[in-house]
Amino acid sequence: MARAVTTRRKTIATAAAWLIAFVIFFPILYTVITSFKTEPEAIAGISLVPSGTFENYVEVQTQRDYFRPFMNSVIMAVGSTILALIVAVPAAWSMAFSPTKRTKDILMWMLSTKMMPAVGVLVPLYLIFRDTGLLDTRLGLTIVLTLVNLPIVVWMLYTYFREIPGEILEAARMDGASLWNEIVYVLTPMAVPGIASTMLLNIILAWNESFWTIRLTAAQAAPLTAFIASFSSPQGLFWAKLSAASTLAIAPILIMGWFSQKQLVRGLTFGAVK
Amino acid sequence: MPLLLPLWEKVAEPKVRSDEGYCSAAASRGMEMATRQTRSLARAMMAPAVILLLIWMIVPLSMTIWYSFQNYNLLNPANQNFAGWLNYEFFVTDPAFWQSIGNTLMIVVGVLLITVVGGILLALLLDQPIWGQGIVRILVISPFFVMPPVAALVWKNMIMHPGYGVFADIARFLGLQPVDWFAQYPLFSLILIVAWQWLPFATLILLTALQSLDGEQQEAAEMDGANALQSFWYLTLPHLARAITVVILIQTIFLLAVYAEILVTTNGGPGYATTNLAFLVYRTALLSYDIGGASAGGVIAVILANIVAIFLMRAVGKNLER
Repeated sequence: MARAVTTRRKTIATAAAWLIAFVIFFPILYTVITSFKTEPEAIAGISLVPSGTFENYVEVQTQRDYFRPFMNSVIMAVGSTILALIVAVPAAWSMAFSPTKRTKDILMWMLSTKMMPAVGVLVPLYLIFRDTGLLDTRLGLTIVLTLVNLPIVVWMLYTYFREIPGEILEAARMDGASLWNEIVYVLTPMAVPGIASTMLLNIILAWNESFWTIRLTAAQAAPLTAFIASFSSPQGLFWAKLSAASTLAIAPILIMGWFSQKQLVRGLTFGAVK
Repeated sequence: MPLLLPLWEKVAEPKVRSDEGYCSAAASRGMEMATRQTRSLARAMMAPAVILLLIWMIVPLSMTIWYSFQNYNLLNPANQNFAGWLNYEFFVTDPAFWQSIGNTLMIVVGVLLITVVGGILLALLLDQPIWGQGIVRILVISPFFVMPPVAALVWKNMIMHPGYGVFADIARFLGLQPVDWFAQYPLFSLILIVAWQWLPFATLILLTALQSLDGEQQEAAEMDGANALQSFWYLTLPHLARAITVVILIQTIFLLAVYAEILVTTNGGPGYATTNLAFLVYRTALLSYDIGGASAGGVIAVILANIVAIFLMRAVGKNLER
């Protein structure tokens, strides 16, 4: 009897959950489906069965040179992440392992820079970029993305490093491990998962950043965010092509995101929810 | 905890003698040196991050404040002079300013309502034993990873388009008149899109918090005859309070700055119907070339964000003390 009730309850919960999940996921699913339709098909009403053409993908590449913004996105997201890690790993390391009275204040202050709205510094940054020739360059935008995400990177690394038990270091020392051995054999293996998670989340954030990437770039350095935004003033039939470009733009990050759900929670709540 | 123990051991190897007092004195002297050394090393390791963020924060922000007191228009750059509070006066007395403040609040409050209430319900559902939980989670979390321009364009064109959108198809199927969402309910449409992007975030955070809820407590409550609603109200909700706070505060920070979604859907219109403060500053700066006015708006935006930030810092700071 109890078992029947449980099974029934599970069935209802499952049906409800799948229905809601389908509705939430539908716009993404529909985008992917539409990307395999022809343009007349795309506006012909709901249909979940495309004719299966790859024409849109070919056209997006040949007519609008999709490869360039894609590479810009890759270079900027990965580049800014690596730069941020180079700066943040030592900082988070020292904060986690030799904290002082002011460590907490410094962390808090770093977080506060993240609160600063981008429009608050839009004008000066735009003028600085214009005057130094950094407007519409990969370098300029990589620097901005590095700085924008640096506080999150430091915070996330800090919450990971803080969990490495100090006793392990002491034990290694007791066993006569040299500093080098200590770093290579004890600390690195324990720190790598945290660094990898941070890297993953930061690439996602940098890839999707849509204020600076749109405002500070034009034809040369525009990443996918700016490229897709340029579809907002279309001529003629373009939905299938928009879908193809969109699918390509979100697919890599979507897949990375699926693997980093836990890290996402931790990174975006600054360790407040784990 | 000293970071570089082997290093300081070389520097301050205490001469061990039978006299215990001497030994401990030397050791403590060595310790002091070590601490000092560790500290300066720690400072050196922190320096690049701190200096970079300091520059990033102070230089542009002080420039914004400086420009906000200047008459400076890019169309007439030679004519730059001190403006006093004039830029603020113009910005604040512009009807568009108050409309944009209203829109900003509507977006923040509207999206928060949808995502927090929806997130709690969805998290409760996903916390149940269901078949295919992993896949359901993946589907639900997905919108968060969609870049804002894609999310906005897909919704605008393929879902909410009055002629060919999915909503219009459904309306016709039901025998109703299709709605021109962005013309008739522009702000609501925008809120819907932004809520779609943030619902996964709220759900994921709340679900994570829910999964750390003590099952035994729940069982005990059920044994004592608490019904589902009671146990939700007195047990689950208090447990979620902290996560809800975090969700509200973090989302607020991002929702105050909604930009790309507005740019690609309505461009702030019709009129100023979907212009929030961030978008108004952008309009003033890069469409009217009014550097002074836009800077004044930027300063106001910073002040508003800081008010929210103070609350967020407190919530996160508490966690640090634990």
